[in-house]
Amino acid sequence: MRLELGIIKIEDVQFGDETIIGDGTLYVNKKELINLALQDDRLAEADVELARPGEEVRIIPVKDVIEPRVKVSGPGELFPGIIGKMGTVGAGRTNVLRGATLVTVGRIVGFQEGLIDMSGPGAQYSPFSQTNNVALILRPINGLAPHAHEEAVRLAGLRAAVYLGKAGKDVAPDEVEVYELRSVTDASLPKIAYVHPLLSQGLLHDTYLYGVDAKKILPTLIHPNEVMDGAIVSGNCVSACDKHTTFHHMNNAVIKELYRRHGKDLNFIGVIVTNLNVSLADKERSSDYASKLAKLIGADGVVVTNEGFGNPDTDLMMLCKKMEDYGIKTVLITDEFAGRDGASQSLADVVPEADAVVSVGNANEVITLPPMKHIIGDLKPAEVIAGGFDGCLGADGSVKIEIQSIVGSTCQLGFGKLTAQGR
Amino acid sequence: MVKYKVVHYLNQFFGQIGGEEKADIPPLIKEGAIGPGKALQQALGEEGEIVATVICGDGYFADNIDVAAEKVVELISPYKPDVFVAGPAFNAGRYGIACGASCSAVRERLGIPVITAMYEENPGLDLYRKRVYIIPTGDSARYMKEAIPKMAGFVRKLGLGQEIGTPQEEGYFPQGIRVNLFVDRTAAERAVDMLLAKLKGEPFQTEYPMPAFELIPPSPPIEDLRSATIALVTSGGIVPLGNPDRIEAASASKFAEYNIAEVNDLTSDAYETAHGGYDPTYANEDADRVLPVDAMRTLEKEGIIGKLHDFYYVTVGNATSVASCERFGKEIAKKLKAAGVNGVILTST
Amino acid sequence: MVKEIERVGLPVVHVASIVPISLTVGANRIVPGVAIPHPLGNPELSEDEERELRLNLVKRALLALQTEVEKQTVFEE
Repeated sequence: MRLELGIIKIEDVQFGDETIIGDGTLYVNKKELINLALQDDRLAEADVELARPGEEVRIIPVKDVIEPRVKVSGPGELFPGIIGKMGTVGAGRTNVLRGATLVTVGRIVGFQEGLIDMSGPGAQYSPFSQTNNVALILRPINGLAPHAHEEAVRLAGLRAAVYLGKAGKDVAPDEVEVYELRSVTDASLPKIAYVHPLLSQGLLHDTYLYGVDAKKILPTLIHPNEVMDGAIVSGNCVSACDKHTTFHHMNNAVIKELYRRHGKDLNFIGVIVTNLNVSLADKERSSDYASKLAKLIGADGVVVTNEGFGNPDTDLMMLCKKMEDYGIKTVLITDEFAGRDGASQSLADVVPEADAVVSVGNANEVITLPPMKHIIGDLKPAEVIAGGFDGCLGADGSVKIEIQSIVGSTCQLGFGKLTAQGR
Repeated sequence: MVKYKVVHYLNQFFGQIGGEEKADIPPLIKEGAIGPGKALQQALGEEGEIVATVICGDGYFADNIDVAAEKVVELISPYKPDVFVAGPAFNAGRYGIACGASCSAVRERLGIPVITAMYEENPGLDLYRKRVYIIPTGDSARYMKEAIPKMAGFVRKLGLGQEIGTPQEEGYFPQGIRVNLFVDRTAAERAVDMLLAKLKGEPFQTEYPMPAFELIPPSPPIEDLRSATIALVTSGGIVPLGNPDRIEAASASKFAEYNIAEVNDLTSDAYETAHGGYDPTYANEDADRVLPVDAMRTLEKEGIIGKLHDFYYVTVGNATSVASCERFGKEIAKKLKAAGVNGVILTST
Repeated sequence: MVKEIERVGLPVVHVASIVPISLTVGANRIVPGVAIPHPLGNPELSEDEERELRLNLVKRALLALQTEVEKQTVFEE
């Protein structure tokens, strides 16, 4: 499977009469995008606003962030099984509007969404302060049930990303990244696999693999290219800091790093996708199965990431222990919830076998965000989103909030450079 | 040229007032450096000046911790110090606690950096290490010669406003606190490096050492259930519709107490969940699925239990730190015990 | 919270579905719940079946409160 990502560098985003790319700028036809979103009659109102790096803009409440792409050649279509036709993705050429995103905005339940600051002290905590964001603000019809609301917004976001992505179909990319797992001749290189748990816990906590609800899967093998080419879509929201946005899925940092070193100091043998369900029996079953798969494919070592916190810490520890018991060495990537003073127990569950852990930071750290000139969406939910609290909104529009509320601040896919140290 | 002002805390002995017979003296303050403070002053050189020394009897402090700590703050604040240093207390327990408590109060009230020093077995260490920098010393005043330069080095850094590094770098007792910082490599890069080192049998440093959780001995069982009062507590966020006390969906800062004396069943028109970490659909339909009031009432009516306690307690256990839960737990436990409750069913999601 | 209640000498039973977490945080009497969003319920059952399920879980919890334990104990079916 050989995947070429044709990188089209997007340096600016503007409204225009046509949705096209010109000279590194993505032009968006606002009316067309709005009409596209409102094709779903569960949505009553839609609007589009643009946010660029460095602007004094805050986007809140954010549900998902998606990278606009288009499949130029190769089987399948973007987001197969959900928006695109079914087909195995991960081969051929996919053009990427790198530096642009589609952000879905609008209050769904109120607890689980997050925020993005395009400048100021909050900007360094989100990768999306560095991207040109097309914010799609959506309001559902009155009385729409929460499950339907979540689905309508999710699909609208994906469709919008596909629509924007099409602008890149015939554009010559600035560079082409090639992803191919060439066979490794050096038998001394350690065989490394990646175990990738997906959150699958119900409304606003779900993930989809080729359109299948991850709650329903048994752990399975997947080619890293499939992950990089949009096979996994996020329906999860909790919490903003460590939910994998669809953007994060498509740009999985662990896969990129393993690819970078494939054939050099390791042999990247594959990816195992598993889930994070709500019952103890499911957790035992999935961790048993995923660990067994790692053993079956002959992994010497495994990188394990995680999504969410709290009960998923148990899945992480089960995977670690079971693989270590098989003689497979593990390293875990996890965030921490050590309290606002950093003095609390960081994880809900621990095992002594977890002796190699990479931390992506304490999500309870409190930060004061200054007032922004412009809010895309609505500032009021700041007090109820996870990481916010009563009175955290200043009268001047400043927000005192945990970094838990910032989209991507402690993403456990290894994207960022935030960590926590023991003092 | 003096760059920063220091106030020093000593007990009655090192403060040259007297021995155990003077252990009951309340806090007092004197100008300049005294006793070991003189050696400390010499080590600080010209940059730092010990402008005053506050002295208190170990016995007085131990018997009046809060009052004594407040008094220390009051006495030192007119001197407007830049740094507060206490001890070294070596293995003297009451002294160590006094040093820790004074430092903690000064830090909180005056917002200035603080530091103390003691032996690793001093009870003051575990009580105050999270809030105050504590430097390790030997177990008695024999080790004063070694303690002073270490303390001086630290006081100097704090006085000059320099950044304090990790316990390994700077030599203070690990505080058990997690502090965020940005580094120059992504987590993915660090993870793969760590894994390859582990596979090669090379040394590596985990970024999060696994802790050991404390276990409490089990309480004795209920002898006679038929006459017992059982209380319900939940971390699943079950609240009256509208969440009147606004318990947060995550990182809850409070718990609430609600009267269910007249309630036999939690219904969707009166109760909901405030917890943002699980699918709320089922709890909103029927909150008994998280807080089993209906089942408890049935058992009460049948005489299987004596009584369902009139109040239930709720918080949201989503990302809520262990420290907060400990705090809520302590207050809830106090109320339940005072109300004569015999046993508790605590539900979690 | 369970530990603080235990600390004042009141017997407390933790009804939670993720038993490993309950063990890690130090609960001494544990009754496994059904699932995270509904530890004492099962929306797939009829109302009557669900009420019976809940009653049985609560009875097991009360049994745990009446049982002497020396270490952390999970009270399964």
